[in-house]
Amino acid sequence: MKHRLQFAAKKLLRMALLLLGVSIVTFALMAASPLDPLQTNVGQVALGSMSEEQVAQLEAYWGVDTPPVERYLGWLGSVLHGDFGVSLLYRRPVLDIIAERLQSSLWLLLAAWVISGVLGTALGVAAGYWRGRWPDKLVRGYCFVISSTPTFWLALLLLMVFSVWLGWFPIGLSVPIGMDAASVGIADRLYHAVLPALTLSITGVANIALHTREKMVDVLESDYVLFARARGESGLAIALRHGLRNVALPAITLQFGSISEIIGGSVLVEQVFSYPGLGQAAVTAGLGSDLPLLLGITLITSAIVFGGNLIADLLYGAVDPRIRRGAARG
Amino acid sequence: MKRLNRRQGMVLLLIGAAVLLAAVTVAGILLEPRAMQTDFSQTNRMPCPEYPFGTDWMGRDMLARTLAGLSLSIRIGLLTAAVSALIALALGIASATLGRKVDAAVSWCIDLVMGIPHILLVMLISIACGRGFTGVVAGVALSHWTGLARVIRGEVIQLRQAPYILAAQKLGVSKGRIVRNHLLPHLLPQFLTGLILLFPHAILHEASVTFLGFGLPSEQPAIGVILSESMQYLTTGRWWLALFPGLMLILAVMLFAVSGERLRRLLDPASVHE
Repeated sequence: MKHRLQFAAKKLLRMALLLLGVSIVTFALMAASPLDPLQTNVGQVALGSMSEEQVAQLEAYWGVDTPPVERYLGWLGSVLHGDFGVSLLYRRPVLDIIAERLQSSLWLLLAAWVISGVLGTALGVAAGYWRGRWPDKLVRGYCFVISSTPTFWLALLLLMVFSVWLGWFPIGLSVPIGMDAASVGIADRLYHAVLPALTLSITGVANIALHTREKMVDVLESDYVLFARARGESGLAIALRHGLRNVALPAITLQFGSISEIIGGSVLVEQVFSYPGLGQAAVTAGLGSDLPLLLGITLITSAIVFGGNLIADLLYGAVDPRIRRGAARG
Repeated sequence: MKRLNRRQGMVLLLIGAAVLLAAVTVAGILLEPRAMQTDFSQTNRMPCPEYPFGTDWMGRDMLARTLAGLSLSIRIGLLTAAVSALIALALGIASATLGRKVDAAVSWCIDLVMGIPHILLVMLISIACGRGFTGVVAGVALSHWTGLARVIRGEVIQLRQAPYILAAQKLGVSKGRIVRNHLLPHLLPQFLTGLILLFPHAILHEASVTFLGFGLPSEQPAIGVILSESMQYLTTGRWWLALFPGLMLILAVMLFAVSGERLRRLLDPASVHE
């Protein structure tokens, strides 16, 4: 048990360092940008008509006049105290915005993550089991087409078919228009999240299914499956008992590794469906040079991604006894 | 006529794909003026024989716009994939040969880049370069090298223990010469297929980032721009503005993916007799 804890502690330290790196990189990139936040958000005309004092005030507000290193250290200091600063565009604490946006995104991300994981593994196992026959061809064809399709175009297509033509689903947003926040029920939220979640699930399946299929093919060619066949085990038993178990390990890595992809996809999908989630906030912050908000979002999403990887590493040991013993020795 | 074997068939298919993509690229460059040309007597035409892809609200020919956009995408894809693959090659070899510290540093960088969701990273780099063409190219080129770098690192680590490299070292061959004469030829097939398989990602991410507004400026006929404009007209039933450009993009990406896969099989010694 002790080395398990040591292993986890080591990983956590590495994760903290990586997050520090992420914040430095993000900050440096934003600081290096030649785009003037004053020009983007206030506009050339408005700036021209202002007095010098007003311009200086605005510059101080957007932090243009402070050197980047000083700003970064100041930001880092307050983050360590749990303060992510105030969003320059929304004029509210970054953490509040992120918490609110993450809440509406979470439905989407979780649904897409679970559906794509379960469906992807199932399709992959089926394709591997019937290798070369029609289920395999179908799954592979599907994966090939989907992995070549831009997520946002698929979102546009679904929006066009289901919302504009058939009128089954709303065109956008996460709640009905003109309804006050208190009276919005879970059903409304789910109803608005169906199409975005569907888009993300459709794209997420491809990668997981293809990798699971490869692994399944390997497993079915192994000696222990041959022996199981010789003992007269039925096809279904082989697929479930030998196939699924051995496929589980890479499936876990893929599943937790796909978090980054799903978050990336959600940025695009939320933009198409004008769904007020974290991704949309990131785009707004990026276009408006809202440094504190963008930094906060990047940091939080990276933390989620790293957290996913950490969980995958820890689950390995739980799923595979060989790795557990390997870690004990190492 | 003699029946071609599978290998020859693959070569033909590869050549066909390359010719087709080259044709689209050239056609797109030639059609660029036509793609910008507005004709207010022909606005919002449905697809018809004269305008197979229809026209938009400014009367611009969508076929010309789509081809010009695809051509732009392919050119950006080529550029960014090449830069990305070169970064991957350099870092992969460096991390496998220059000792543990370099290896740790490179691995850390890979983890860092992989930790930030791809779209966000491309967005950030694009902002740092002031958006526009430079922004997209830098963003896509600097964020896609991680996977290939890992593959090359693994390959080089394996190769370092190969008998012929150990023998060369014992014979006193210099490090640079070992890399040039013994490592690179072995890595070339992996590198080339990695390069071609980078195209689809590069093209898709270029389109995505442009779609979000961090990429190419809106006056350029890029696929991302076309699709982002089409979004405003979707609810009024102008489906052709989004459908055809997207389909063509998918076809181009699929062609690249198939070519990469075929090339891998042709170059991979394990499947030489297929």
